[in-house]
Amino acid sequence: MPKSLISIHDFSKEEILHILDIASEMEKNKSQKILDGKVVACLFFEPSTRTRLSFETAANRLGARVIGFSDVGNTSISKGESFKDTIKMVSNYVDMIIMRHPLEGAARYATEVCDLPIVNAGDGANQHPSQTLLDLYTIRQTQGSLQNMTINMVGDLKYGRTVHSLLQAMSHFEPKFIFTAPYELQLPSEYQTFLTEKGIEYTETQSLTEYLDVCDILYMTRVQQERFNDPMEYEKVKDVYRLNAKMLTNVRKNMKILHPLPRINEIALDVDDTPYAYYFKQAENGMYVRMAIIAYLLGYN
Amino acid sequence: MTKDKTLIVNAIENGTVLDHIPSEYLFKVVDILNLASTSNQITIGSNLVSKSFGSKGIIKIADRYFEDQEINCIALVAPNATINIIKDYQVIEKRKISIPEEVVAVAKCANPLCITNHQVISTRFKTIVDNDKIYLLCHYCEKTTKILNLQPLN
Ligand SMILES: [Zn+2]
Repeated sequence: MPKSLISIHDFSKEEILHILDIASEMEKNKSQKILDGKVVACLFFEPSTRTRLSFETAANRLGARVIGFSDVGNTSISKGESFKDTIKMVSNYVDMIIMRHPLEGAARYATEVCDLPIVNAGDGANQHPSQTLLDLYTIRQTQGSLQNMTINMVGDLKYGRTVHSLLQAMSHFEPKFIFTAPYELQLPSEYQTFLTEKGIEYTETQSLTEYLDVCDILYMTRVQQERFNDPMEYEKVKDVYRLNAKMLTNVRKNMKILHPLPRINEIALDVDDTPYAYYFKQAENGMYVRMAIIAYLLGYN
Repeated sequence: MTKDKTLIVNAIENGTVLDHIPSEYLFKVVDILNLASTSNQITIGSNLVSKSFGSKGIIKIADRYFEDQEINCIALVAPNATINIIKDYQVIEKRKISIPEEVVAVAKCANPLCITNHQVISTRFKTIVDNDKIYLLCHYCEKTTKILNLQPLN
């Protein structure tokens, strides 16, 4: 079976660093026709314009051609074709499948029904490993290393899959964590157990300002209303987790703010003009990392 | 008048006797081994008194022997069950069971958004033992299912 990227757990520390190294090569040279003649399928069983454009641009910049669909509205899937049949059919045409699907485990299953490398561009609430790799890439880019970082994760730590994947991936690099979340959205105990077993230090707080000045990375996430059982609870916390430029007066000079985007109102617009804002560059980095993933899985070293 | 215990202890000529199953999991075991759909003669005893066990269940299946892989799955709910292989009314082998590393096609994933609950896919789980509790980690959606949620596949 060829190597696929389904879950961040599929990659060792060395492989992760190797992909980040390829990504920085890609950033230096944004158009490399190393995949000339290859065809890549982007199958989006659930729409996600941002992720799809990032992957498609990445494939194009490597010289590959892209086929696929951006939602299932007009396809045979909406007429009841089984997922397996769709994957089998497409796999006859292309060299790689990049897919997003609302059901969890769909990408893993795809690796079992065809012999192509599969890239999971999101399977429901489960995994979105290219996001994790681009987060790692961005942390390394801003801090010069991934080792010994203090990372303050803010917002929805209960359901946020980017947070869970990132903390697991960072566990290779001896980090310290601060988890800033309203009571209802605190980090699930299984991840706390995971960190304890790995001997990784962490602190929890409900106050956004409490540990703002002692972190290297401030990783903001959306606090979505639909996550709350009680709408009053949401009203109480939604402005509490709103970062603005005034709060940043005493932060570390090297501190950078990341956000998987799109933001709702967690980061006020005045933060964009501070030297700490890095989320737009982070989104751009997504393309270099996706170039690296595609190239690596198609045999480029 | 002697109490009629014969129905319960009625010996089988050839087959498998599963003993020391906790009564509350007896029918889970029936499900896990998919006994409802076999045509073999089966005797099931529930809420029997056991000296060492409290209340136990027992299952006797005539003319049927199980692979280790099948039988090990009952360790998920009945780790102390004993497996007696019967030939000519004699116990010719007592088998121990152990918790399997992988559980294939005997349980449904508890995650309603798991692909295995929407497409025709045989489920696969890794077993995780944590503080004497057993969990099943789904190979597909990477979520854990508690053993109590074990349900037979349709
Ligand atoms: Zn599952």
